[in-house]
Amino acid sequence: MTRKRRRLYVLLACGVGLGSASALALTAFGGNLVFFISPSQIADHAPPPGHSFRLGGLVEMGSVRRVMVAGHPEAVFGVTDGHSTVSVDYKGILPDLFREGQGIVALGSIAPDGSFRASEVLAKHDANYMPKEVVDALKKSGRWNPATGEPLPAAATWDGIDGKPAAGG
Amino acid sequence: MTPELGHFALALAVALACAQAVLPLWGAHNRDPRLMASGPALALGQLIALATSFGCLVWSGVTDDFSVSNVARYSSSLEPLFYKITGTWGNHEGSILLWCLILALCGGVVAVFGRDLPSALRARVIGVLGFTSAGFLLFALTASNPFTRVWPPPIQGQSINPLLQDPGLAMHPPILYAGYVGFAIPFAFAVAALLEGRVDAAWGRWVRPWTLAAWCLLTCGIALGSWWSYYVLGWGGYWFWDPVENASLLPWLTGTALLHSAIVVEKREALKIWTVLLAIGTFSLSLSGTFLVRSGLLNSVHTFASDPTRGVFILALLAIVIGGSLLLFALRAPVLSAAGVFAPVSREGAIVLNNILLCSLAAVVLTGTMYPPMAELLFGAKLSVGPPYFHDTVIPLVAPLFAAMSLGPILPWKRADLGAALMKLWWAALAAALVGIAVGFGVRDAFAALGLTAATWMILGAAAQLVERTRLFRLPWRASRERLGAQPLAVWGAAVAHAGMGVTIAGIAGMALASSSVVAVKTGQTVALGGYDWTLLGLHNAPGPDYVSRVADLRVTRDGRQVALMHPARHDFTVQHQNISDASIITNGMRDLYAVLGDERDGQVVLRLHVNLMAPWIWLGALVMALGGGLSLADRRLRVGAPARRRRAAQTVPAE
Repeated sequence: MTRKRRRLYVLLACGVGLGSASALALTAFGGNLVFFISPSQIADHAPPPGHSFRLGGLVEMGSVRRVMVAGHPEAVFGVTDGHSTVSVDYKGILPDLFREGQGIVALGSIAPDGSFRASEVLAKHDANYMPKEVVDALKKSGRWNPATGEPLPAAATWDGIDGKPAAGG
Repeated sequence: MTPELGHFALALAVALACAQAVLPLWGAHNRDPRLMASGPALALGQLIALATSFGCLVWSGVTDDFSVSNVARYSSSLEPLFYKITGTWGNHEGSILLWCLILALCGGVVAVFGRDLPSALRARVIGVLGFTSAGFLLFALTASNPFTRVWPPPIQGQSINPLLQDPGLAMHPPILYAGYVGFAIPFAFAVAALLEGRVDAAWGRWVRPWTLAAWCLLTCGIALGSWWSYYVLGWGGYWFWDPVENASLLPWLTGTALLHSAIVVEKREALKIWTVLLAIGTFSLSLSGTFLVRSGLLNSVHTFASDPTRGVFILALLAIVIGGSLLLFALRAPVLSAAGVFAPVSREGAIVLNNILLCSLAAVVLTGTMYPPMAELLFGAKLSVGPPYFHDTVIPLVAPLFAAMSLGPILPWKRADLGAALMKLWWAALAAALVGIAVGFGVRDAFAALGLTAATWMILGAAAQLVERTRLFRLPWRASRERLGAQPLAVWGAAVAHAGMGVTIAGIAGMALASSSVVAVKTGQTVALGGYDWTLLGLHNAPGPDYVSRVADLRVTRDGRQVALMHPARHDFTVQHQNISDASIITNGMRDLYAVLGDERDGQVVLRLHVNLMAPWIWLGALVMALGGGLSLADRRLRVGAPARRRRAAQTVPAE
């Protein structure tokens, strides 16, 4: 076994390893990319039912209801980004940090009735976390300017942010 | 006063680190023994300064000094003392300081235990560590100073996030960081070797114990994090392919590869350039893992402290450390020449295969983790990559890895006969196949069947290593037992670590058979799940130190016999107005009964129940792996010290 020959073998093995890794990654990417969509994007044009995506926004104040569906408890709530609201239903126990006015991300798809059926609801560990889109909407609305170093306004005051500057703001 | 002292000590540490980055390297370049000798003293000085600084921060937390903004934001006088201390690193600024302290500890350890290193190599290693330290200390001092004061001080602090008030999580950052930062030592050795232009067996011998120690800590750290998410988050899962988890898995994968390739450098003086590159790559991934997550670039549900404004500083630092070391590698690597020659089928060949597969794994995990932020940056697309991607890519890559894991240690160095090695493992293969068939027909779950097959193969394969070495059944029993006792600890360590991986895989396979259900029940009502009957006995309130609990009493029976009484609870933290679920887990080692309490409505209680088969094995396996690493570390041959050098002369004769 000469050194050249060994190097060839090693390079070949590396090529096979790298090649199969990239082939695997590419094929797996094909079906498994999950897009992040905001409630207003759904309002503009809703993705087809059954297409899995992530929905992010704030839990609308006063919207959380618990219902029983076929013997299993379900939570129904609205997720808003200030412009539009999407109704979400979730079978399971909501995360501990889930509260009205809290920023959440839900994974799931649109059901035939137009509501969002979540398979997973994630609330941030950080109680002050807000989805970036919502922060952008806040900045646009003039309610919050990161340059002044002020903290984010209380989440409870956020409903109905419509992207227009607040009066006197 | 104490915070000012801490602040001053931090500034002093920056100055000492800067000196540590320049003087020893300059001395090594000019062969100036006095400058070279300054390295260890400076490293120890930096360590003492940082330890003082960190101690001051802890003291500010313990004494409830709310004029320190870090304490005001993340601590409160109501918290138990333990969480006042651990809260110090439960936030961005404190955790960066802890990170720097551990890096300084690495420098101190090299200064103390590296007395037998050639003085130029030691000076260079300490210099490189000092350079890295200086960068991150500067970051801590300027961009994330934990000693900033607020005036007027609040009367009460805002208290730490209740999710973090847990002994498991309290110990998680120090262990995980020690694992991350521990790879700074192999990194420094690699850069020093590039500067010197020399890598030999002695270099491999020095690098290996450090790598092994960091690897053990990282293994424990990852397992602790996974266990925490299992029992605290109450989701009933153990791994979510979240960016934070991936960030810790990546250096583990390349670190495992490094661990194995360093053996080849040490024993056979081959794979030198590759090992140097792996050492640089592993630490680079550790750095990116800690800081990309902290900078908020990687969006994750697990981060509790992120601040995008600090991102630019961090990115610049990462670019200097990673880019600089890779540039040095590109310039200097051709100087390092390989010596050992080996056939493709040999122990070296098996380790090359291990490295290729582990690095491919790291590549696909890195792609899945980095694609979303990159896609947002490049195309403005907001997307994420979910667990299905990772399952589709990781499973095909780990399958050959697991297959080769039992085979590799059986093969001799230099040249081997694959058929003969397979013959030595026939009984392990047979047992694995039988387990696979039994599970496959028993539960009809392909993932579980394949996983348990792999686990059996790995555990028995690890046993086969010992059987081979002791010539069990071929020599008389007593002779075999003597041979077993005479095996070096490193051999035991390898076998135990490989078996530990098998145990973890068995746990993961068993979890595929877990069953769960969300139910709404009234008091006295019974539901059936996973062969158990769960009866809600009642609900009551209970007080806690800084929370009020709502506790459910559940009786679990099987065939009319009581198996367990469970008390899932929900804690309502008064200061933070936050609810935290306290999952109740009853384990018997083979399965976990797992119950989470949800909301109450109309006299009904929502409960989520799980029966998780073999779940404890996942973390048990990680512990066994770390134990294997510890056994190897305890091996006299691996110990860094003078006796090793004498033996090195004796071992240059190939043992064939």
